[in-house]
Amino acid sequence: MALNELVRRVAGVLPAGAVITDPVRLRTYECDGLTHHRVVPGVVVLPESAEQIAAVVRLCNEYGVPFVARGAGTGLSGGALPRTDGVLIVTSKMRRILRVDLENRRAVVEPGVTNLAITEAVREHGYYYAPDPSSQQVCTIGGNVAENSGGAHCLKYGFTVNHVLALEIVTPDGDIVTLDADDPGYDLLGAFVGSEGTLGITTGVTVRLSRTPETVTTLLAAFENIEQGGQAVSAIIGGGIVPAAIEMMDALAIAAAEAAVACGYPAGAGAVLIVELDGPEAEVAHQFAEVERLCRDSGAFELRTAAGPQERAAIWKGRKSAFAAVGRISPAYIVQDGVVPRTALPNVLASIDRLSAEHGIRVANVFHAGDGNLHPLVLFDDAEPGAEERAGLVSGRILDLCIEHGGSITGEHGVGVDKSRYMPKMFTDDDLDTMQLVRCAFDPRGLSNPGKVFPTPRLCGEVPGVRRGVHPLVESGRAEQF
Amino acid sequence: MDPELINDCVHCGFCLPTCPTYVLWGEEMDSPRGRIHLMRQHVEGTPLTDEMAGHFDACLGCMACVTACPSGVRYDRLIEQTRAEVEREHVREPGDRALRELVFQLFPYPRRLRAMRLPLRLSAGLRRRIAPRLERINPSLAAMADLAPESAGRPRLPRRVRAIGRRRAVVGMLTGCVQGEFFPQVNAATARVLAMEGCEVVIPPSQGCCGALSLHSGRPEQAGRFARRTVAAFERAGVDTVVVNAAGCGSTMKEYAEILDGEWAERARAIRTVDLAEYLVELGPVARRHPLPLTVAYHDACHLAHAQGVRSQPRALLTAIPGLELREIAESAICCGSAGTYNLFQPEAARELGERKAERVLATGADLLVSANPGCTMQITSAIRRAGTAPIRVAHTAQVLDASLRGTERIA
Repeated sequence: MALNELVRRVAGVLPAGAVITDPVRLRTYECDGLTHHRVVPGVVVLPESAEQIAAVVRLCNEYGVPFVARGAGTGLSGGALPRTDGVLIVTSKMRRILRVDLENRRAVVEPGVTNLAITEAVREHGYYYAPDPSSQQVCTIGGNVAENSGGAHCLKYGFTVNHVLALEIVTPDGDIVTLDADDPGYDLLGAFVGSEGTLGITTGVTVRLSRTPETVTTLLAAFENIEQGGQAVSAIIGGGIVPAAIEMMDALAIAAAEAAVACGYPAGAGAVLIVELDGPEAEVAHQFAEVERLCRDSGAFELRTAAGPQERAAIWKGRKSAFAAVGRISPAYIVQDGVVPRTALPNVLASIDRLSAEHGIRVANVFHAGDGNLHPLVLFDDAEPGAEERAGLVSGRILDLCIEHGGSITGEHGVGVDKSRYMPKMFTDDDLDTMQLVRCAFDPRGLSNPGKVFPTPRLCGEVPGVRRGVHPLVESGRAEQF
Repeated sequence: MDPELINDCVHCGFCLPTCPTYVLWGEEMDSPRGRIHLMRQHVEGTPLTDEMAGHFDACLGCMACVTACPSGVRYDRLIEQTRAEVEREHVREPGDRALRELVFQLFPYPRRLRAMRLPLRLSAGLRRRIAPRLERINPSLAAMADLAPESAGRPRLPRRVRAIGRRRAVVGMLTGCVQGEFFPQVNAATARVLAMEGCEVVIPPSQGCCGALSLHSGRPEQAGRFARRTVAAFERAGVDTVVVNAAGCGSTMKEYAEILDGEWAERARAIRTVDLAEYLVELGPVARRHPLPLTVAYHDACHLAHAQGVRSQPRALLTAIPGLELREIAESAICCGSAGTYNLFQPEAARELGERKAERVLATGADLLVSANPGCTMQITSAIRRAGTAPIRVAHTAQVLDASLRGTERIA
């Protein structure tokens, strides 16, 4: 009932046609890039400004209706999964680049601008926006902020949080505020980036622009097996070289990419490594010779160097399309995202192999090898009874492996709705309670993207403020209450 | 709508930024991913609602999403099947129905089109005066009048054009409907270029519409009829290769083996369809290129770039002309809004896309706009005319080559 009333009021604060209630249309918003979680939203709104978003959020507060923000809907953890009892606020119409300030190396953009559009706007002046998720031509900067998105080049340049200088946000109670990296006091900007929509909605982003490196060199190294590739990675990093990116793909992932984009990787490779070096010419040349040597020493049977931007793009094409490309070799698949210490890579990969054989489920591996961020692609046939369950099991066991080896359940895709149940495996109750303190400071009513990140029923109502007794952190002497 | 083809979509969204309607409106149901989702809903039992049909109708069929899709989703097949379903199940408004009937009884028939050319060939002044009134009565009719080019005289093409110099090949040539009636000079240039490059060109007079318009508008039976007739015409002409200079026709003819069944599919397979630029690059040049001091902006027709993958060939042919400077148009992969009959049935969206394209074409500062599809040429010229800026000259790749090969700077 509250929703019906809300819909009527929302139409009054938004432009004509910006409120979607037709059931057929609503259903097209039922999922993001993670399709096995589907919920038809109660209503979809397409605002065009921060003020409009704030007005919608205030109405949500008035009626106690939850809201979820969505950009291009490419997320892989169900972070933008709608609520049947809620409002889905889609920022896809807010895609203007408001200001480019090259002298101060920054640009101000609306949340619906795609990651790549920022780079395209400044490329001719010798700048770019560094974080580069594989979906960069589609995914929006607002979503990147929510997920603290990474990408292949984060090994050297860091994640979204390192490239956002200020944010304009609508708080969960409907205020428009600015969070600036230069603000004294608590790093609220740092807290907000990666909060997966639970602390408010991004309505404006000031990004750092980076200088296009003087030289970029890309090497494709082919190995007989994944162990040799892993060894090369360790040798390179151990040798004190920080490449812009080191990416690895196994045989199955190579086959998929080949089928999709004919990337022409060396035939018979059990693994390929893409190593990219960038920086001043002399430095790159020196390091490149070193990387080539280390790859050869680790058993590389073929080395290819990209001669120019086109060849570089060709090398990357296979890697960047790998996720969607497995659609060519499997009717369905789960994209997993986990992190392990780099040194544990060979062990974990061997365990994944065993899991795969045990359950008769193929696993293709694509990963940011430099920082141990794994992206196993768990393949199954959704028409085969029980296959999806087995794939889910394998996928979950991979996360257990990550935790066992001291890693994390997500490197860059976020927790969303998909992995909230793994949070208690990774964190103690005390840890989760502490996170709730932060959550509730921003969103005391729990209306902003509820049900994501934290396992239910851990809601604000049960934690601080109305908590009975002493907080465990205080009790254990690890925190003080003022 | 084949559920298997629908299931190929993994919902990654890589198609979104390439879709003209998503670029315009930013709404999921007007993106390829959203439309596939709607198809899935329909296949799973949701009746075809007016809203659903509206979103399918709003698709230009430009196939940019097919290029962008890493999962290889056959959106081209899907939208063809969907349009046929819409035509079968969806009851259109009477006005819409009448307009569609008019278009499908007119455009695929060169003779009827020829009769229509006279009333459409209004003087620019008269056109300007009636435009606002027509706009009020029916925006689609206004679009039609606006798009009709002031056509030149119609040179008659012989049945056979002899190769100049040593004969290197014998090829058939499709004359098309709109190309033949509105841009006859393009066909004449095509035949001359082929002849100068050593091809004997066979132009069967019995050929008609290739079926593209019907196929792309959910009329598979009409498309099939046209396809069989076209195959038969070129069989009788005794050629195994047909050169096509209109992007939409070429892409449809390349699909013949898929749209026809049994014996006809076999017969279609025996005839190779090839785009003019594709063919000339494959053949290699023999005729001398004379210099053309021109700055050219090359426009990628969707049915050439996305549907046939022909991008580098026309550029290679143009840059091989001494003195010619080629400039790229920003957002070249986004449709100009012409899209076959789209600018007639969806005039508002088409106009917005046309204006977006015109702006980017003019930004190149080129003297000449080159495109390989008659629809695009009409659409972009009319958008530039509406913008009120100085008109840019337009030509087909064939006309530019023809001028260079003949050693004249005048593009016929």
